[in-house]
Amino acid sequence: MDYTAVLAQIKPKLGCVADNLTMVKGEIAKAKEAGADLIVFPELALSGYFLKDLVPEVALRIDSPEISALIELSTGISIAIGFVEETDDYHFFNSALYLEDGKIRHLHRKVYLPTYGLFDEQRYLARGGSFRAFDTKFGRFGILICEDMWHLSASYILAMDGATTLICLSSSPARGINGDSIGSASAWQKLVSTTALFLNCRVLYSNRVGFEDGVNFWGGSEYIAPSGESIVRGSLLEEDFITARVNEGALRRERIFSPMIRDENLFVTMQELGRIANERGR
Amino acid sequence: MMGGLHANAELLRKLLVGFVRDEVRKVGISTVVLGLSGGIDSALVAFIAAEALGPENVHAICMPYSTSNPESEAHARLVALSCGINFSVLPITAMVDAYFGMFPDADNMRRGNKMARERMTILFDHSALLHALVLGTSNKTELLLGYGTLYGDMASALNPIGDIYKSQVWQLSAAMGVPAAVIEKQPSADLWAGQTDEEELGFSYRQADELLYQMVDQRLTKPELVAAGFDREFVETIYSKIQSSHFKRRLPIIAKVSNRTIDRDFRYARDWGK
Repeated sequence: MDYTAVLAQIKPKLGCVADNLTMVKGEIAKAKEAGADLIVFPELALSGYFLKDLVPEVALRIDSPEISALIELSTGISIAIGFVEETDDYHFFNSALYLEDGKIRHLHRKVYLPTYGLFDEQRYLARGGSFRAFDTKFGRFGILICEDMWHLSASYILAMDGATTLICLSSSPARGINGDSIGSASAWQKLVSTTALFLNCRVLYSNRVGFEDGVNFWGGSEYIAPSGESIVRGSLLEEDFITARVNEGALRRERIFSPMIRDENLFVTMQELGRIANERGR
Repeated sequence: MMGGLHANAELLRKLLVGFVRDEVRKVGISTVVLGLSGGIDSALVAFIAAEALGPENVHAICMPYSTSNPESEAHARLVALSCGINFSVLPITAMVDAYFGMFPDADNMRRGNKMARERMTILFDHSALLHALVLGTSNKTELLLGYGTLYGDMASALNPIGDIYKSQVWQLSAAMGVPAAVIEKQPSADLWAGQTDEEELGFSYRQADELLYQMVDQRLTKPELVAAGFDREFVETIYSKIQSSHFKRRLPIIAKVSNRTIDRDFRYARDWGK
């Protein structure tokens, strides 16, 4: 079905869950008022990104009052949002929830925690263990959190699991100033477009803005059609509220024109990956 | 200029202006103070700050010593005028001379460091006086080479230009309208008459920037740098300057005793709660 998605390009405050929750509720209200059906927030929207030793302080259980409040708000609009999740066995995950009709439809825990360059996630966070597609009112979705998307296998698995829309929640730092655009922004734009094109999937990419200790998050949230074409893109470096009209017909037509995913041979892939795993001995 | 050092000035300007605006305002402050020497680095920071916060919220202080080139103060005044910021002159001669009256044999190095630290105390006093953050004006080239005074000109609350090389400072300054006289003159610490950075360092900033970019940003190994045409001795000189000045780029080291030592296993961003 056709629907309207909002990409909430916000500027979370580092370590301030209550303030961020208020901001998130405000964006949800605004999106509802604008008649949107779905709102997508960035990675770690409730906490900020460079948390380091703040991780346990900002972590929320999925039965916490904060998450319950968001679940309640999902009756009029579906919500995808990132936060630090604390589990019963006291592991802390970089997680994203998909909330719909007052229920948790899906919980994704970031699998690929970057720990190189300016990143240090795996020092503070536990690693997720799965990529699963799930059904929503708007079709079958898959969730990726930032670095997850840089692993071809992650998007591939979700597409093979039937996802036709990939939601990516991101906190991508700006770096590289010698090209036409910010280096990391150009790289991401190629990535989301190519992923959509390869997998005949839509991509809803939500990236934050603002600075943390001199590191800028570049924004540029966008909706990519299954053809790989960028339909709407948010501003660079500034807060934005991006409205995307998602068209069902475009997906159907793309899958008729370019049926790569229909033709994809999962069994060849499985056979060869199985062989490689065996040969590596682990 | 090699491709890597060429900056997209429009983008860089947006990023650095955004940095000053965001990092200053998020701590509940709207004003900044900086030392304006008459040189290009502080001129560029003044232009960035004026655009970020409005010129009325930027306070520049020129702090000459008796041996400073009078042209420096004239250039500082010209910069302040051209970007519309507040400007004052506070000579440091009396304070510095009072001290060296006790050490008349002190060499240029001690005198230069003392002057840089004298200026630092004035800027931080004005930070309290004006409820303003001190902006740093050290570029990436001098930070990597250690060509600055620890707790002197290297001290600040926020540094917008610490990740851009001198060559990029020139580029961005031209794009932002820094007066040509300031862009075109020989860089100098102006600690004594006739001093120039490039003469003191023994190489040009352009040469150093090309090498630093390949060595630091691109992580080329020494053999790769020599194969790419850099002089072996020059490579060694720059490498050892980076290494021997590394202490200037770190906080003082703390003897570890407890389970949570500041900055080792007690780790928080400075923007914690902002």
